[in-house]
Amino acid sequence: MKIAIASGKGGTGKTTLSTNLTALFAETENVVLTDLDVEEPNSGLFIQGELVKEEIKYKMIPKWEEDACTLCGECQKNCNFHAVIQLGSQLLVFPELCHSCFACSELCPTSSLPMIPQRMGSLKQFKNKNISFIESRLDIGQEQAVPLIAQTNDYVGKTFSRETIKIFDAPPGTSCPVIEATKDADFIILITEPTPFGLYDLKLAIETMKELKKDFGVVINRYGIGNDDVVDYCEKNDIPILAKIPNSRKVAELYSRGELVYTEIPEIKDELQKIRNYILNLKISN
Amino acid sequence: MKEIVVISGKGGTGKTSVTASFAVLAGDDAIIADCDVDAADMHLLMNPEIEKSENFFSGVAAKIDENKCTNCSICADVCRFNAISVINNQHSINSLNCEGCGYCEKVCPVEAISMQEQNVGDWYISKTKIGNTMVHAKLGIGAENSGKLVAKVKNEAKRLAKDNNKDYIIIDGSPGIGCPVVSSLSGASYVVLVTEPSLSGLHDLKRAYTLVKKFNLKAGCIINKYDINTDVTKDIIKFLNEESINHIASLPYDENFTKAMTFGQTIVEYDTGVLKELIVDSWKHIKELVKSN
Amino acid sequence: MKIAFTTKGTEWNSEMDPRFGRTEFILVYDEEKDEFNSFDNRDIENEAHGAGPKTSQQLFELGAEVLITGNGPGGNAATVLQKAGVKSFIGAGEMKVKEAYEAFKNNKLKEF
Repeated sequence: MKIAIASGKGGTGKTTLSTNLTALFAETENVVLTDLDVEEPNSGLFIQGELVKEEIKYKMIPKWEEDACTLCGECQKNCNFHAVIQLGSQLLVFPELCHSCFACSELCPTSSLPMIPQRMGSLKQFKNKNISFIESRLDIGQEQAVPLIAQTNDYVGKTFSRETIKIFDAPPGTSCPVIEATKDADFIILITEPTPFGLYDLKLAIETMKELKKDFGVVINRYGIGNDDVVDYCEKNDIPILAKIPNSRKVAELYSRGELVYTEIPEIKDELQKIRNYILNLKISN
Repeated sequence: MKEIVVISGKGGTGKTSVTASFAVLAGDDAIIADCDVDAADMHLLMNPEIEKSENFFSGVAAKIDENKCTNCSICADVCRFNAISVINNQHSINSLNCEGCGYCEKVCPVEAISMQEQNVGDWYISKTKIGNTMVHAKLGIGAENSGKLVAKVKNEAKRLAKDNNKDYIIIDGSPGIGCPVVSSLSGASYVVLVTEPSLSGLHDLKRAYTLVKKFNLKAGCIINKYDINTDVTKDIIKFLNEESINHIASLPYDENFTKAMTFGQTIVEYDTGVLKELIVDSWKHIKELVKSN
Repeated sequence: MKIAFTTKGTEWNSEMDPRFGRTEFILVYDEEKDEFNSFDNRDIENEAHGAGPKTSQQLFELGAEVLITGNGPGGNAATVLQKAGVKSFIGAGEMKVKEAYEAFKNNKLKEF
């Protein structure tokens, strides 16, 4: 069972929801939390554990071997991303710009650009009682999140059984990294705030989920602070609202210190229980 | 003409609310540019009436001409992105997966594949509710913000500022540390960093500042919700002092921040208390700092 | 020495473009020959990513030894310029080309 937690924009409480929901599940069963916000993973501030595994993750990039190179310029012409640049008698490769399409390498007439693995980030697996926590992190300067997200998804798929509850903290936005992070999920929770910004970004996220033909539900965070437009919109469009997490300054304070919130605030625990029950029902009907 | 760019490493710090307040305070002296195209929310506060709208093209994706295609499958063999599949015995491109590398185009023996510019969204020139001009954009699904789109929005804003003799361009910058934010910062006269005192807020502030520093730009910082964690606030101020970043203001946790938004208003229009005062002072302060720059 | 400027126009009196990768024009002044050449870089607008390295390569092809610009090149562009042996001087973003040249001659610009 793969549950992805996503939001149209950052700062709506995605990490707070995924870490607290994980901890709640862990009270009764095994659960896997994966942080796919690989540019800025911070679930680890809230969920700690013992490091059980670490893997370096690679992407393939061309490496210039100058001996046979005739400086014909084909590679530069074949790269649509300016990742290979010829400067007089030398070739420069820019790994961050490379999309690993292999065109420069395989179309090189003298095979002077073999593809080699280059480190793009690391994956760590932690264990804390019932929680397995996977965190992937892009190295500084790496710009492409998608390949690391894809490899992390593969790792989780291979490492844990189908039935295990798996919660994925997706990157924010509606662009390629979110699509990569959510495309294999069985169900997606969209978290939003009851404000005009929240509603606008939620609509974009919903459009994306519809395009991907995904089942999804909405969780309203900081409920009570804004207006009823998000609720009205969801009701009118038959979108299930799984929970309404009440607004509280205390949440902001606990979050700022890297602490879980549901153990301190009973009303939040009640709302998380609703989400948990919803997910368990999905599991049965599947 | 001074270009003031507002950025924040992470989302939810109040960057757009602060920027929109400056946009209202600057009034007719400024052109507004929303470069946070991934979460372009400023229009919700500025209520712009669109005067000009144009398609925006960025990047390319492959297209197969079915009349020429012999279904030899060479393209699908070389594609590393699973973007070419066979539907009803015909090879076709899934443009959500296509990265635009053009490898398939180069190997197609019958020249059935061409790379087409992608219409990824629209950009607009609008009049805001207070009468100043705003340049903004909207992206389609799966489309990524890019240095190109940010440059487009900024160039239009600059052109308008120059033609109309405006003193300021106020820019809501892109998030993260990639190409779009580099493009947001490029050409800036002053950078305003908006942050909040959480562990991730401080971390993201530092990360965003490395970029500002690399471009040798002058910067100031507004700490939002400073009172939710005074320990982290102290750490932030220490960092600002070490790096000689102007500490422009510390704003208290205040629900009016969100309430203003609910009414489609900026803080300086909605609030009447200390929050408004602090933001009005911040804008004055920034104008002074920019002048001496 | 050949000096390249990032500019918004093609004349000695044109304004500098503070941006490097997405500069509108590159103006090259050959001090020995007292000669001006300009390169129209506006096609760069069509590039979604990688504008910096592309413009750097252009500078190399124009034979520039020194670059005078506003904010300075990004990381990738800086690498190309370094490999190409181009020295970069920044802080001339708000000047006219003429003023930028004088500032450079008087050591008023910062080396990147």
